[in-house]
Amino acid sequence: MAKTENPVVGKIKDVAQGIYDKIRKVKAPDIEMPIRSLNNVEYNAKEGYFKLLNKVKSRTLTASTIRTFAQTLRMMSLSKDLVETDDIATKREAYYVSKNWGEARFREQPESDTVMDDIEAMMGVNREQIGFIPEEKGGAVAGELIVIDKDDEGKRLEIDCTKFGSGAYSIPSSVEELSFKTKAKFILAIETSGMFERLHKHNYWKDASCILISMGGVPTRACRRFIRKLADEKNLPVYVFTDGDPYGFGSIYRTLKVGSGNAAHINEFFCVPQAQFIGITPQDIIDYKLPTHPLKEVDVKKIKDLIKNDPFIIHHKAWQDALQDMAKMKVRAEQQALAKHGLNFVSEKYLPDKMKNRKTWLP
Amino acid sequence: MEQRTAEELAKKARDISISEFFEKNRHLLGFDNPRKALLIAVKEAVDNALDACEEARILPEVNVELIQLEESRFRMVVEDNGPGIIKAQIPKIFAKLLYGSKFHKLSSTRGQQGIGISAALLYGQLTTGKPAIITSKTANGKKANLLKLKINTSTNSPDIIHEEETDWEGKEHGTRIEIDMEGNYIKGRQSVDEYLKETAIVNPHATFIYTNPEAEQIIFPRAVEVLPPEAKEIMPHPYGVELGRLMRMLETTAASTLQQFLTTEFVRVGPGTAKEICANSSLLPNMKPKNISRELAESLHKGIQKTKIIAPPTDCISPITDAQLEKGLRKEINAEFYCASTRPPGVYRGNPFIIEAGLAYGGEQEAEGPIRIMRFANRVPLLYQQGACAITSAIQSTMWRNYGLQQSKNSLPMGPCTIVVHMTSVWVPFTSESKEALAHYPEIVKEIKLALQEIGRKLASFVNKKRRIGEEAKKRGYIEKYIPHVAEALKDIIGFDEIQKKKVEDDLAVILEHTRGELEQVGIDNPDYDEEFAKIGQEENGEEEADDFGETKKKKRKDDDSDEDNDESDDDGSDEDEEKPSKKRKGTKQTKLMDDGED
Repeated sequence: MAKTENPVVGKIKDVAQGIYDKIRKVKAPDIEMPIRSLNNVEYNAKEGYFKLLNKVKSRTLTASTIRTFAQTLRMMSLSKDLVETDDIATKREAYYVSKNWGEARFREQPESDTVMDDIEAMMGVNREQIGFIPEEKGGAVAGELIVIDKDDEGKRLEIDCTKFGSGAYSIPSSVEELSFKTKAKFILAIETSGMFERLHKHNYWKDASCILISMGGVPTRACRRFIRKLADEKNLPVYVFTDGDPYGFGSIYRTLKVGSGNAAHINEFFCVPQAQFIGITPQDIIDYKLPTHPLKEVDVKKIKDLIKNDPFIIHHKAWQDALQDMAKMKVRAEQQALAKHGLNFVSEKYLPDKMKNRKTWLP
Repeated sequence: MEQRTAEELAKKARDISISEFFEKNRHLLGFDNPRKALLIAVKEAVDNALDACEEARILPEVNVELIQLEESRFRMVVEDNGPGIIKAQIPKIFAKLLYGSKFHKLSSTRGQQGIGISAALLYGQLTTGKPAIITSKTANGKKANLLKLKINTSTNSPDIIHEEETDWEGKEHGTRIEIDMEGNYIKGRQSVDEYLKETAIVNPHATFIYTNPEAEQIIFPRAVEVLPPEAKEIMPHPYGVELGRLMRMLETTAASTLQQFLTTEFVRVGPGTAKEICANSSLLPNMKPKNISRELAESLHKGIQKTKIIAPPTDCISPITDAQLEKGLRKEINAEFYCASTRPPGVYRGNPFIIEAGLAYGGEQEAEGPIRIMRFANRVPLLYQQGACAITSAIQSTMWRNYGLQQSKNSLPMGPCTIVVHMTSVWVPFTSESKEALAHYPEIVKEIKLALQEIGRKLASFVNKKRRIGEEAKKRGYIEKYIPHVAEALKDIIGFDEIQKKKVEDDLAVILEHTRGELEQVGIDNPDYDEEFAKIGQEENGEEEADDFGETKKKKRKDDDSDEDNDESDDDGSDEDEEKPSKKRKGTKQTKLMDDGED
């Protein structure tokens, strides 16, 4: 087959060749890869995401690194095979493949996940491009949206997200090939599936003409990419609705909007810079007299950590103030706390009010 | 009921002779069970033999023989090449309790009280009714005296049953003791075998020939041809004298003035110090000692404590020396590490003493359970009452965890280790007449602890080194384990052949070995080890004395090898430091290792 070599395969070969050459010169080879952490990203306000800086770590082959070194190379070899045969392996499957490597096998999946992430960062691509996919689904979608996908034989499929009844469309692990048709006015990304269910049940998407997406905690890469693609292609605003706690702000919203440290090399595509935070803000807790829970020790720590170390929070004074307020109030509130004012309060009063008043949002 | 008068009752009270007392209380002397009795009898006879030889400056050769006469009856024969004993003294030395040459003087001999051997006689007589047979010859050409002796317990005096002169053919001089007694012979710990072996370890200048009841002869040949320095006798130091003793000394002294009394009866008291003592006691130096009343003696006693007197001389005691102690350990134990330390002399109650300690770690020793302790006092092994001994409590209260051994609070450390402690002094304080445990004088416990700390520090550096070596060995194993995987993966990705793959593996081995330097090895490296010797007294048996310090719970030794999971240290390449070349290459069981030049 006169197929041009996949750039990933070329890159894997280049790295391997470099190592080989060095070994044959009897010099200790090393592998370089970007450091994947918040220390090595900056918040690029103009483009709206965490951009990878150029700090790299170098894994030199020594007695204490040889095991990981061998595993990294074997994983690269597996990746090359997958890409060449146009196959994929889930992260879990890759972990099980390693069981065939004798002494070099992984003992736990987190080990193989880390090596996988390293290779991904080294190649500067998304892990789907090196043949690995996660197990978890991207999230649930309901509302005025038709997703255009293909079946096994490549036949065009139109999936109408209004036709799932009380269920919902599930975002696949790879979304690059999808396209959309919609007349919705905005996307509402929701932290908890509980709140998603409530809004879905009351046909909020119909009343407000929107697309509801349940993130189920920190949004997966697929979920982030899906929202980004949909928002970009259909030019839709994205509103984010989480619990009023540091985890909702700093982990869920922040990761959706600007990406994460761990996946810094791919943040450019796996973030939603147009996302806006509509609630629940610390001010909402006061304004809506919401029932609260006291902040736990981990919450307090998380607030401090966000203010001190998170480039996104550091960039936005409004976020720092909000977090400071929460620290002073010493309480947090869940999305469902709005039910205090009636089960439909959230769809009939809270969301419409918030949507109208930009001043109550956070950046 | 008929009342009794005080007069009637008084008729029943009478003097108790010391012999009668010990007849009833033989356990105080260690004769509490047949097995131990056999050991104690041998010990007393051997102690006396060694003391006699050393006093006469003769290299000792002691022959010990145990003959089983009946199920539970043994004949003990101990013969030495000492100076012999003149006929007139034989009965008193062997058949009168509390008769001896060593009680009234201060020197580091084994015996001190003049009880031991007579007690053995007493025990034999008590259990078999037979007299002991003593033969002694003082010089070549002279006749030997043979006496059959019993002890008259009501008067604590010797009964000579029979006496004759004999030719002791082939013997220049020496003494032979034969006692029949009830006993029980079991090999293993706390046996005669173990006692003689340990005695041989700390008396390398003596030869022992031992024939056990199974008619096996074991010879412990002397290792050095030099006698230890003579045990010098010293006068008591004023600080160590109690009021009662001081009063008796004042009564019996030949000195005509207090000044003279102080300068002649004590060590370290010159005319100046004597005057000072008198001044501090508000007594006149020219007082007659015999005229000093109890009250005045008390103020003299207080005055002594108030006066600054220099410590007693220490040349009167001689240590085994750390080198000899270590040599003994090497002979006995196949370990990976040995060390020993001799402390400078200390003083308790005016008596100078020296503590020595040594240890053997690792090797073929039992890794589970508490360490083994070997205790010695004036070159005599202490086999019983370990729990009551100051040595044991000093070991228990030392923080062995700092030195690489497991230990729960205030108990014996655990692990593959043997600790030896020797105390030598002009007067060793025992907790009882059976001389099995050292008394807890704070000065002594402190010195023992200091000695233990010295050897502990050496142990710690070895344990650390061994751990480093273990880690290194694991890393080396790692290299071998993972090199093929690196090569295999490169082969898969680049697509080269098996020959190139082999080259990659070889190059990788060179790269990684190069950065690690040469291998060092630790292991058992002990040409002095004597396997036959080590077995003596080590046989398993269930009858060990249950020591009273509840060291029963066995703790599993913590595995200090962490799982290799943690092995990926950060990618800082710190393990590529310069390495030193190796040194040791000998020994039987070795762990490969390298010296990484750190630490």
